[in-house]
Amino acid sequence: MTGAQGRKAAIYGALIGGAVLAALPLVFMIATALKANVYIIETPPQFFPTHPTLQNFVDAWSLNSFGVFFTNSLAVAISTTILSVLLSAMMAYAFARFAFAGKTLLFYSLLLTLMIPGLMLVIPQFLLAKTLGLLDSRQGLVFVYIASSLSLNTYLLRAFFEQLPRELEQAVQVDGGGHLVIFTRIVLPLSTPALATVGIFTFLYAWDEFPWAVTAINTDANKTLPMAIALFQSAHQTQWGLVFAASLIAIVPVIVVFITFQRYFVRGLTAGALKI
Amino acid sequence: MASSRGARAVSLRGAGEAALPRPLALGRLLGPRARGRLTPYVFLAPGYLVFATFMLYPLAKALQISFYHWQLMPGRVSQFVGLANYAAVLHDPISWVALRNTVLYAIGTVPTQIVLGLVVAILLDSIVRLRVFFRTLYYLPVITSWVVVSILFKYVFSSDAGLANYVLHDVLHILPGYIGWLQNVPTALFAIGLLGVWKGVGWSMLIFLAALQSIPKEMREAAAVDGAGTIRSYTGVIIPLMAPVMLFVLVLLVIGSFNVFISVYLMTGGAPLHQTEVLLSYMYHQAFDYLDFGYGAALSYLLAAVIFGLSLLQVRFLRREVEY
Repeated sequence: MTGAQGRKAAIYGALIGGAVLAALPLVFMIATALKANVYIIETPPQFFPTHPTLQNFVDAWSLNSFGVFFTNSLAVAISTTILSVLLSAMMAYAFARFAFAGKTLLFYSLLLTLMIPGLMLVIPQFLLAKTLGLLDSRQGLVFVYIASSLSLNTYLLRAFFEQLPRELEQAVQVDGGGHLVIFTRIVLPLSTPALATVGIFTFLYAWDEFPWAVTAINTDANKTLPMAIALFQSAHQTQWGLVFAASLIAIVPVIVVFITFQRYFVRGLTAGALKI
Repeated sequence: MASSRGARAVSLRGAGEAALPRPLALGRLLGPRARGRLTPYVFLAPGYLVFATFMLYPLAKALQISFYHWQLMPGRVSQFVGLANYAAVLHDPISWVALRNTVLYAIGTVPTQIVLGLVVAILLDSIVRLRVFFRTLYYLPVITSWVVVSILFKYVFSSDAGLANYVLHDVLHILPGYIGWLQNVPTALFAIGLLGVWKGVGWSMLIFLAALQSIPKEMREAAAVDGAGTIRSYTGVIIPLMAPVMLFVLVLLVIGSFNVFISVYLMTGGAPLHQTEVLLSYMYHQAFDYLDFGYGAALSYLLAAVIFGLSLLQVRFLRREVEY
């Protein structure tokens, strides 16, 4: 074996070792979810259950209105994504294409909220939602999720819009087209990759969000998945198989979205970093 | 690549553009100039209205609340107490415990994530086959929900038949017996930190990998021709080029570590006796268990001030090093 081959083997060996560590807890979760409840407290813990069963998944799905939680999460995440991407694209267009009074101030006010912990606003947001009658409602979740995701989305989209060539837009203007035409017919279609990036981030954020949901929602009919799983765990302390089956049902959509749209992910994540 | 570009990225590049007035329905009533001036606000208004209502207004409101003994009951009048809530936070030993734990979490997780992320990124950068496969695997913990992984780690570190106890006691015989990881402060903090590292490494890896791959090939080849070995070409040539990206990752990880909440809230809930609280979990308990909104708001503002100060410090000190 030559030195180069040896080096290569060492690199792959190290990468495989690391990947095992990264995947181990997740594999353990899957293994636990596949065990019938009686095996779970047994030692030694088995990574490959001898009698795998999907019973936990069936139970989780049929128990405690799990379908309602799933639908709520989906509805909240989709509404948040569509509205947040649309509103932030409009804002980004204003910042990318216009000079106007207050521009710097407005833009920095958006950046400011990227620096502060979102959770520090939970107290006044709670009071505000109470005043507006938005507590314990899915609309209340959507409003806060849109507001929390707008800054980053606007920031990323503005950078993308600024890189778009202006020639087409100028042609539209020469033809007498207004900014609404430019925005809907040129800027948005040309920005599909960037819109997909922020859309995916927003969807995952809204799908996974926990602290605001647990603060604002009370009734089962309005609960989302992360909340339901956390409460499920405290209610069924020992039924780990059930808890992890429910968890897996919740994270599978995320993993599918991630693997399908991986290149948008990577681009979006690195867009901010490589600019600095 | 360095800071001059950063300054440009943050400044408003489009500021020089002239707004070209074009007919929008509403604009017909006004002169063409006024129309042109209104257009950007029309695009901004809906989004900014939501943002202002649910982010900026709460930000101001939290400041107001922090000066009051806030009454939740309708009809009760909240009393203005000046800085009393801030004084209460600063005199509360638990808030110092929470600060200590948060700082420990930052010290324990941030450098580890940077070093491990960088090592994995360098390894991935040096291979061609299976790169995307490994990248995906390393990134899986990042995209898995905080709630799910917190519950998962609670299970792994559970006191009796947990995986951690089993491996360390029954397999490796390092531990004399099973320990209650989450019932003891140092081990609980360790488990929470380990979760933070496990979940975070993939993120810094991804950023570093993208940065490595954006370095022009000629530069690396130049380093190789100069006779620099692999390790020296990384330490001498490539890592300095990545300094701005490392600063970015550092600032974001530090901010992120001060935002730690869900893992603590779900794994220990601050127990025993609030000794594993971090700043946000303690704020949340004060506000929503003890209903002391004024105290919670004051703690929030102190935390925001700390994060803001830290970010400025890091950017200021490290920018100087990055300049070249």
